[in-house]
Amino acid sequence: MRITQGCFSFLPDLSDDQITAQVEYILSRRWAVSLEFTDDPHPRNTYWEMWGHPMFDLRDAKGAMMELDACRKAHPDAYIRVQAFDDTRGFETVMMSFIVNRPAHEPKFHMQRTDFEGRSQKYAWDARA
Amino acid sequence: MTDDAETRPTHVDLAAEYEASGVAEVLAELDRELIGLAPVKQRIRETAALLLVDRARRAMGLSHETPTLHMSFTGNPGTGKTTVAQMMAGLLHRLGYVRKGHLVSVTRDDLVGQYIGHTAPKTREVLKKAMGGVLFIDEAYYLWKPDNERDYGQEAIEILLQVMENNRDDLVVIMAGYADRMDKFFSANPGFRSRIAHHIDFPDYSDGELLHISETMLGGQNYVLDGGARAAMAEYVAQRRTQPHFANARSIRNALDRARLRQANRLFTEAAGPLDAAALSTITEADIRASRVFRGGLDVDRTARQEAAE
Repeated sequence: MRITQGCFSFLPDLSDDQITAQVEYILSRRWAVSLEFTDDPHPRNTYWEMWGHPMFDLRDAKGAMMELDACRKAHPDAYIRVQAFDDTRGFETVMMSFIVNRPAHEPKFHMQRTDFEGRSQKYAWDARA
Repeated sequence: MTDDAETRPTHVDLAAEYEASGVAEVLAELDRELIGLAPVKQRIRETAALLLVDRARRAMGLSHETPTLHMSFTGNPGTGKTTVAQMMAGLLHRLGYVRKGHLVSVTRDDLVGQYIGHTAPKTREVLKKAMGGVLFIDEAYYLWKPDNERDYGQEAIEILLQVMENNRDDLVVIMAGYADRMDKFFSANPGFRSRIAHHIDFPDYSDGELLHISETMLGGQNYVLDGGARAAMAEYVAQRRTQPHFANARSIRNALDRARLRQANRLFTEAAGPLDAAALSTITEADIRASRVFRGGLDVDRTARQEAAE
């Protein structure tokens, strides 16, 4: 099942040129770019592994693209996302996040219902290959 | 490809291109802000012309490859290498050879790590920052230490060479240092020599130029030299040149900083009444004459030279 998380996830996968353009936009807003990857795309899994440090003093998208290439090489079968962090006072948060790499085969999500007190039910999701 | 051929211009007006690119401004700034350095200015003008023609040729589809733009600046300390590198970054940016046109200035410490596995990430970090701009490596020969074959500098050199070759569109590397040591560095690392297209040599400033520089520096800070101070400064320049650790314009800047210190001290101790703007911004002969240079330089240097003479 195709995972839809973050910006652009209902669009076809971004090409490298499109990713470069997005990173240029991020840098033009003076946000810090960082890369994160995971093999567990569960929606509740908010904290993905960091790929290196956030790049706070980048001027050109090429620097981030070099890191992305290195990350793809090391984890070709992982989800990789680009994040933009705004460090200005009052925001200090992630402003943008989009997936730039997906495994060839994406997991399906399975919903598990469990009976609970009375007639109420509890729901859980898990990813299954 | 046919579409491409149709959109290509058949004629080029170099003068118009020159105007439109804003290169003229950078060259004018170079002429205005840098005193002396005639051969350097000449080389930069030639480089600008070459790049402008190359750009026109590419627009017409006559050439496709990015020219090699890596450079080496050789010359003694204080001859304006960093300043020129800054302007070069602006020039390359206006001509569209680097996308952002910023200058990242580094030395060995920024590239080479302290333990195994530390160097590569450190060098990559710097290269990432420099992407789209100009990487200025000051005293580049320190990267290579022939007496220690396990030195991590070699690792940084290899990464640099690789990036200089593969990312020619993304960044321009300028290496700077003393002429003789750079020559040795290049002969030991032929990879660099072949990847660097432009070697620019920075001559020392003449005494007259240094005096002119000192006045421009002071002018920028709203100070003036009076007649006596000007003569003293000329003498200072001539004497300072013969003493060790002479660093051209940098020595002059340090001398002027100390002269301002003495001027402030003099005003503080001598002034009895209110001072006007002229008094606050005039440096007199006494402020310059108090320098140790007129008494044979620093004490440590003087004893060393006496010992050498004996």
